[in-house]
Order: sequence, then C-alpha cells, then structure tokens
Amino acid sequence: MIGTIVTFIIYLFLAIGVFFNILASIGLLRFPDVYTRLHAGTKCTTFGAIFLILSVVLLGLKMWYLGDVNGSVLSIHSFIALIAILLTNPTGAHAIARAAHASGVKPANAVVDHLQDKNSKTKKQPKNVSSKEKQKESA
Amino acid sequence: MIELATEFLITLILLFIGIIMAVIRIIKGPTAPDRIVGLDTVNTIVIVSMVIFGAIYNEIIYIDVAIVYALLSFVSTLFIAKYLQGGEF
Repeated sequence: MIGTIVTFIIYLFLAIGVFFNILASIGLLRFPDVYTRLHAGTKCTTFGAIFLILSVVLLGLKMWYLGDVNGSVLSIHSFIALIAILLTNPTGAHAIARAAHASGVKPANAVVDHLQDKNSKTKKQPKNVSSKEKQKESA
Repeated sequence: MIELATEFLITLILLFIGIIMAVIRIIKGPTAPDRIVGLDTVNTIVIVSMVIFGAIYNEIIYIDVAIVYALLSFVSTLFIAKYLQGGEF
C-alpha cells in the first residue's frame, strides 16, 4: 500500500520536474534579452531540479523500506547534490547578471537604468574625496 | 536496473531535448552573457541527469561525480562572470 502511494508521488515529481526543465529551455530560446533569459534559465531549472532529485530521494527511501541497504546511501547522496545545487545556482545567476550589466548589455526596451545611476554616484564620491585629500596634502 | 527504470529513462530523454535547446542558445547567442546563461542551464540539467543515471543503474559513485561537478561548474561560472565584468581580480 505504502509502496503504491510512494510510486505515485515519484511519478508526480518526475512530471513536475520535467515540465519545468523543458519550460526553462523554451524560455531560454524565446525571450528577447539576457536578463529575461537568465530569469527563465536559472529559476525554472532550479525548481525542476528540486523535484527531480526529490523523486530519486523518495526512490531510495522506498528501496530502503523494502530491505535494500543501498537505498539509504542513494537518498543521502542525492540530497547532498540537491543542497549543492540550491546553494550554487542562485549565486551564479546573480554573478552573471552583475557581469552582464557591467559589460554594457542593456535590457531590451528599457527606459531608465537605476543601477547605472547608483554605480556612477558611488564611483564619483571616492574620487572627489581622494582629490580633495590630495589638494589638502599639497596645500 | 531498478523497477522504475523505464520512467526514469523517458525523463532523461526529455531532459536531453532541453539540453539541445540550451545548446542552440549557446550557438546563436548574440552576446557573451547569453552564452554563459545557456552554459549554466546545461550544467544544471547535466547534474540532474547524472543523479538520475545513478538512480537507474544503482551506482552511488555517479551521484558523487554529480556533487563534484556542481561545485566545479559553480566556480567556473563565477570566474567567467568575473572575467566579463572587467576590473582586477
């Protein structure tokens, strides 16, 4: 009875994970811009990976329940891989978005760029301070 | 081989279709950040595929390879992003 329910949940998780991963790839092809492609290609892939790896974890727990000791090792290692994906994927996406903005790629159909203004303000202030200090030192 | 091997293999085939679409974006991408986004997507799908392969053939070592691949691809993504951003390391 429990085996049947767990098998049904594994099917459900596999379907959700494959759906979101295919959706990420379609969004990667169809969106007009680096930032929207990043939105599709990173978030949807992370969400799909959570469900696909959770299905493997459930499979390992079911094998363990049915008497196979190998299943516990399978589920624990899969969970560590899931934690690695969850920690590294959003961080990499943030780094890519920052690098894209710093290398001069603009968002499509964008009117204002607040990050550009903020960066130029913060970059100007230390230059002014340093020039004033140099003037004081020379005076 | 495990009991649900056929379903996991169908999942793998669908994931490979996703990898092919991301590779098309890597080839077409007009700017360099587009190509990195495609590479990041391919990396994540390959990690998931490794975990599912390990579940199908009941080999734990494949999943360990997936963990190491996840951490190394994160480092490579960070370094390419830092290179694109410019400035000093």
